[in-house]
Amino acid sequence: MSENETLPEANPAPGKKKVSWGAIVVWGGLLALLVIVGLMLNRTQKGGIAIGETVPADLEMTAFDGSTYRMGDLRGKVVLINFWASWCTTCKDEAAALEQAWQMEQPKGEVVFLGLDYVDTEPDAKAYLERFDVSYPNGPDKATRWAQVFHLRGVPETYIVDREGRLVYKKIGPFRDLDEIMTALQLALEK
Amino acid sequence: MNKRQLWYALGLVVVLVLALGAFPGVTAHAADPTPTPVITDDQVNAVAHTLYCPVCENTPLDVCGTQACAQWRELIRQQLQQGWTVEQIQQYFVDNYGARVLAAPPRKGFWWLAYVVPPLIILAGLYILYRSLKQWYHPRQATTEAAAPRADAAAPAEDGAQDEYLRRMEEELHRRS
Amino acid sequence: MLAYIGYGALWLAFVLSLYAIGAAVYGALNNRFEWVESARRAAVLTWPMLLLTAGSIIALLVTNQFQVEYVASVTSRAMPMYLKITALWGGQAGSLVFWSLLMTTFGSAVMLRSWERDREFLPWVIVVTMVTLAFFIGLNLFVENPFARLWATMDGQVIKAVFQPQGAMPFTPRDGNGLNPLLRHPGMIAHPPMLYAGFVAFVIPYAFAMAALITNRTDARWIRLTRRWSLAAWLFLSLGLILGMRWSYDVLGWGGYWGWDPVEVSALLPWLTGTAFLHSVMIQEKEGLLKHWNMVLIILTYALVIFGTFLTRSGVLSSVHAFAQSAIGPLFFAFIGITFALSLFLLMRRWQDLKSDLRIESLLSREALFTFNNMIFVGVTLVAFWGVIFPILSELVTGQKVTVGPPFYEKATGPLFGLLLLLMGIAPLSAWGYASAKRLGKLLLVPAAFAVVTVAALLVAGIRSLWALVGFGLVAFVGYIVAEEFVRGVRARMRRGESLPVAAYRLIVRNRRRYGGYIVHLGVILMALGIIGTHFFASETQATIPEGGKITLGRYAMTYDALQQFFAPDGRHVARAIVTVYKDGQPVAEVHPRRDFYLDSQQPMTIPGVRSTWLDDFYVILVDWQPISVEGATFKVYHQPLVGWIWIGGLVFIVGTLVAVWPEPDPEERTTARKKPARTRRGRPLPRSARA
Repeated sequence: MSENETLPEANPAPGKKKVSWGAIVVWGGLLALLVIVGLMLNRTQKGGIAIGETVPADLEMTAFDGSTYRMGDLRGKVVLINFWASWCTTCKDEAAALEQAWQMEQPKGEVVFLGLDYVDTEPDAKAYLERFDVSYPNGPDKATRWAQVFHLRGVPETYIVDREGRLVYKKIGPFRDLDEIMTALQLALEK
Repeated sequence: MNKRQLWYALGLVVVLVLALGAFPGVTAHAADPTPTPVITDDQVNAVAHTLYCPVCENTPLDVCGTQACAQWRELIRQQLQQGWTVEQIQQYFVDNYGARVLAAPPRKGFWWLAYVVPPLIILAGLYILYRSLKQWYHPRQATTEAAAPRADAAAPAEDGAQDEYLRRMEEELHRRS
Repeated sequence: MLAYIGYGALWLAFVLSLYAIGAAVYGALNNRFEWVESARRAAVLTWPMLLLTAGSIIALLVTNQFQVEYVASVTSRAMPMYLKITALWGGQAGSLVFWSLLMTTFGSAVMLRSWERDREFLPWVIVVTMVTLAFFIGLNLFVENPFARLWATMDGQVIKAVFQPQGAMPFTPRDGNGLNPLLRHPGMIAHPPMLYAGFVAFVIPYAFAMAALITNRTDARWIRLTRRWSLAAWLFLSLGLILGMRWSYDVLGWGGYWGWDPVEVSALLPWLTGTAFLHSVMIQEKEGLLKHWNMVLIILTYALVIFGTFLTRSGVLSSVHAFAQSAIGPLFFAFIGITFALSLFLLMRRWQDLKSDLRIESLLSREALFTFNNMIFVGVTLVAFWGVIFPILSELVTGQKVTVGPPFYEKATGPLFGLLLLLMGIAPLSAWGYASAKRLGKLLLVPAAFAVVTVAALLVAGIRSLWALVGFGLVAFVGYIVAEEFVRGVRARMRRGESLPVAAYRLIVRNRRRYGGYIVHLGVILMALGIIGTHFFASETQATIPEGGKITLGRYAMTYDALQQFFAPDGRHVARAIVTVYKDGQPVAEVHPRRDFYLDSQQPMTIPGVRSTWLDDFYVILVDWQPISVEGATFKVYHQPLVGWIWIGGLVFIVGTLVAVWPEPDPEERTTARKKPARTRRGRPLPRSARA
């Protein structure tokens, strides 16, 4: 056997060339793998949309009543996005307060509430909305598109977007009370 | 009745028997005009087994114990009652809860890659094996055999594997002690 | 106080490991062995330090010191004592400490062996083990501190910090959150430690491999030195996997034992490469060949160990097994990248020196079959790795999560496992060096006939599933061969006048490695029997029945006799059904499927009631119940044929590994170390001619 082989492949196939393709493949593969895992790690670490970043304009929700809401069309208004589900127990704790906040804000017309029903069945979701007398628009998060954009970790989670479409506030878990919601909305309105 | 007609008649009978006998499931579900057939838990579970719970981590829907999963199984039951096929139900779940509810990625677009790569890996392995063997494989010839007698495997005692085996064992014992 | 002792010991261990690394490198590069000796002592000293650290965590756990954040997050007052102790590995921070403790235990054990003959390895073995150890301790010190305490700040927030922050008051929660209910099963006491031990023990052969690369001592010495370590690592890993399967079957209440969950798969990956390694090192030991291939395998195994640990702990993967999202991801990522790249670099630098000319004289020789076996194992590893990594790739490229579950793995790896089974049958019959098709064919004739007869009998018995028949045929084929190996060996010894038990005992003891290996193969066959049985012939049904109602499944039936509900003292609400199992109309057992609801963590657990025989299991799950209603309760029942053989096979498998790993004097030490100078035996340039 000639001794000028430098194939660092898993299996030493005879390589007559000076440039070792095996080495390139191995290092390239390692690099690709590290890039993939690195990007993923970055994504996991960063979470979804950071405070100050713009929420994609093409996010769209079709409410249970059939009307549609598109983030891009809601520019100029403050948008409160609340993720919930009928099977979620802690969502029930904040449902009444959210509805109260909506009742206070709706007449002024500066704020839009969007309730996004995260992986749920329609009959159960509708029963939930009825039970808590929710009157702001609610719709299913189809194919978890919104949840994936916001990197939802669980329900409930609430996001508030300012008039320019930038995220100004996020709340993981339920709101404590009405005051907390109103303070958060005030923050967005004053921007 | 001539022979040909007889064959036709026979063929027709076979087709009818097949249609009635082989596809009772189809006739019972999809084509059944009665409004609400009774759907058993087993039928629901059979569909749920092909799906993953959308909120848990890697738990098939038929074995998931949360309230949410019970709701989804109820949904499947209603859909089966309305005469949906398994594919339709799966599609509904994908549309509403994302592709992760399927036990394996759908075969389309980028996800084809999931199915293409394993055979490629195996092909690459075969290629490497071929290359390596080409380098390593030296069928034994009579001359080399004489020149390089091997300690353990040489003199392949073709007669009686028993003796050869015993010899091999003895030798291994010797080498150990 | 206790927390500070543990914290101090952890720091000391960290400093000691860093010193050991520095001293070992300095000593090795400058040929000053006293520095290496000093490094060795420092490395050994990390063990008592980490023991102290782990001990103080356990002390904190069992005395309910909820002011410590880790204690509050994994225990609660209601938990029994043994669970409080096992809570050491119930959370991220504690399990990292446990990992380090195992690492230093194995590391110190290696340090304490006699190094006279292998002095040049010592500094580099110290470096590799201590770098790994320092990394894990560093994670604890700087990111996941198990001793961090809870403090209430002025503005009413509760934060965690080791020392009192400015203006903060100590904060002690009334009770802890309690351990994850999934981990509260006795099976969980052993499953994670075994898995970790398996992971960690593979670091030792890797360390020797790196030492061999750095010192350019490319003979099989490093493999001989670490053979037992590799086997022990493999034993722990196998045990961890089998216990995990059993735990899953007993506790998760889904009727299965292996769900191809990404974390399960990532624990299987190093096992696969480790198995390939155990086989291929035999070629290097016997023939002095495939040196680089063994290096590749051990590097891959180490990388997969770290990678698997990373996947479960970084939040990249989500799974029932994964820890909560954590900041340790980037550090792990850097560590994997650097170690893997360095190992590869070292390997490539020595590529020439590792070259050996493998000559395969027959495609049926043992080395050829071992090569195929290795290719397939690595093939399975790569395919399974692809399955683990694909959801990540999909989320990056399409933004959508996907699940890669059983349908993918079963199709992609099933046939490969079948091929491995086939090779497992043929390889023991073929000889090293040269095996003619004629001779091998003669040897295979009877086993093949036996397999055909078995398949025919099964066909007559009414089994029609093609793949099940193929599987059973393979099991019969391999089973016959393994059994024949034992019978022939025993007979050969008996012909020399030994009685049957003596012959059987001596056969195994005189050649532990070979017959231990065969016992392991036997275990694999038995497990295969169970896997085929459950995969192809399991059946299930579900129904809601009133009290006194009946569910029938095949020859079995069950009646729902009563439901009991009560609060258990350890903080559970239990709903327990009393179920009588009938076979062919006769009552055979009473089982108690139940639903536990853990009050502290608000999570339900479904514990099945199982009636097991060696032929099949009848497995009952209480799905739901209506307290005050005529509707009664919903049960799901499974019939699992042959599932018991998985556990029996697992046991045989472990026994076989134990036989192989059982200490016996190193033959090389015995024969050469005392009589001859060591030099003559090692570094044989031409092992083939040397042996001729």
